[in-house]
Amino acid sequence: MTDTTRKTPPPAPGRAAVSPRYRVRRPAAPARSWQNRPLRRITPWLFLLVPLALLITFTYVPVGNMLYYSFTDWDGVSPRRNFTGADNYVQLFTRPELFRVFAVSLYYLAASAVQITIALYFATVLSFDLRFRNLFKAILFFPYLINGVAIGFVFLYFFQDGGTLDSILSWFGAGGGHAWLGDPASANTSLAGVSVWRFTGLNFVLFLGAIQSVPGELYEAAQLDGAGKWQQFRHIIAPSIRPVLGLSAILAVSGSLSVFEIPYIMTGGATGTSTFVIQTVKFAFQFNKTGLASACAVVLLLIILLITWIQRRLVPDDKVDLV
Amino acid sequence: MTVTTPTPRTAARRRLRAGPVLIHLSLIVASLVVLTPLVVVFLTSLKTSEEVADTAGALSLPNDWLNIGNYVTAFADGHLLAALGNTAFILFFSITGTVVIGSMTAYAIDRFDFRFKKLIMGLFLIATLVPGVTTQVATFQVVNALGLFDTRWAPIVLYLGTDIVSIYIFLQFIRSIPTSLDEAARLDGANAFTVYRRIILPLLKPAIATVVIIKGITTYNDFYIPFLYMPSEGHGTISTALFRFKGPFGAHWENISAGAVLVIVPTLVVFLFLQRYIYNGFAQGATK
Repeated sequence: MTDTTRKTPPPAPGRAAVSPRYRVRRPAAPARSWQNRPLRRITPWLFLLVPLALLITFTYVPVGNMLYYSFTDWDGVSPRRNFTGADNYVQLFTRPELFRVFAVSLYYLAASAVQITIALYFATVLSFDLRFRNLFKAILFFPYLINGVAIGFVFLYFFQDGGTLDSILSWFGAGGGHAWLGDPASANTSLAGVSVWRFTGLNFVLFLGAIQSVPGELYEAAQLDGAGKWQQFRHIIAPSIRPVLGLSAILAVSGSLSVFEIPYIMTGGATGTSTFVIQTVKFAFQFNKTGLASACAVVLLLIILLITWIQRRLVPDDKVDLV
Repeated sequence: MTVTTPTPRTAARRRLRAGPVLIHLSLIVASLVVLTPLVVVFLTSLKTSEEVADTAGALSLPNDWLNIGNYVTAFADGHLLAALGNTAFILFFSITGTVVIGSMTAYAIDRFDFRFKKLIMGLFLIATLVPGVTTQVATFQVVNALGLFDTRWAPIVLYLGTDIVSIYIFLQFIRSIPTSLDEAARLDGANAFTVYRRIILPLLKPAIATVVIIKGITTYNDFYIPFLYMPSEGHGTISTALFRFKGPFGAHWENISAGAVLVIVPTLVVFLFLQRYIYNGFAQGATK
């Protein structure tokens, strides 16, 4: 890419004008200004060649193939694949055990609500000048940066029998012996808790940034007018973070539907903690049901696109001014 | 929070007068919730296996604070050095590639008018909406067909090909660079590539810093892609090598903890040095 661009002659605006013969011999490049040259017309494409090739190969080709696979019974390996129509989709929607994994998402959805609330509280609090403000900010944000596998292990130990949680509870006299990851309800709650621990920091930093972008005079004016702290929150802080809040809500929903890492690392999807993505990965790479897995992926993709579309309709985002 | 008196300060230094005790209390509780699981794992990493098996509890202190035996085991038997090498290799190529590709795309889209420009921008925009986790079923086949499966190039091309966020960050930034600079260079006879290389790229430095940080941390932490595409032992990254601790170390929590600490420490160091950039970078990256 680099080479191609370099080899092309530099568009020198002066040269064509100075030497008329040059212009006659090369009628392809007669332009008075470089803007009209054909070279100018291909230049952007030279810059876009590699990015577009990558975009198409790794986003659009897979999406297209996925749609196609979802109507076949392909196993991912054999050269033979039979067109089975909507059979995979029928299976997906009629076998309740395949769709049940979506119930697990509800735990993560609830966790996201908790997470956003906590983040909102700390962002409001830390937008004021407190002692150790930066230290607290750093501590709250740090979990978001930690490697997911490391988090998985940290919390496996945390929830283990006689592990961190049991030890802490025993200080307060609460009896241990509860297997936190032992039954579906408790395991999913625990895993959703880990997700709160991990992602609150990101929401918090987003909210804090939005709150701090409000000019200070606004608060002063409000105070002069006798607005209390609650009124300031209600009328100044809340509107300023509304776009970010909308974004966080959408990330929360699509995030809860596509949970993978934490439950896969911690429980492998056992004891009722399997999520839709874990199930899809298992279909595709353990049971060689590429067709069915593709149908799952298409359904998830459609749901996420739908949610995003609804969000765009509800909260028109002024930041997306690209198209 | 509710009962403060007005303060004659600017907003940056607004002070909270009442209720600071409760607020500090909540902050301290939150910090404990964040730090306790991490500290316990650090403590465990310094214990001997007898101490861990001992019923003294997870929060007991190690007898020997300088017991680095577990770290040695984790590092040597856990193949962490090879993993570090693989991760560094992937990081280098995917970060360099992202910066080059992202800035070139942004340059082409922002500085040129060409046919199908709207279409191209639409393609990039729609791609941001497609969550990577969903398409791996089919992406796998593409990577396989390209013969990249179980090589270190698989994650590299995937990180390059599916990273739209960086393009957005560059695009946003490139708009703030006045076009008069390009035009001046053009008049001096510079071609499009020279303008990109000599003017745009150097001025994009802050955006490059942001992209390098975000990309670096997310690549270092990524588990899904190396896990799917590089199953063989020799191709472990930091994440997948740590994941494999589960088998051989079974219930040896002291070794697993040491491995986890080894993986977390680099992140902590980077965070401590680049805090400001990291907050801004992730805030920018997430709102795109």
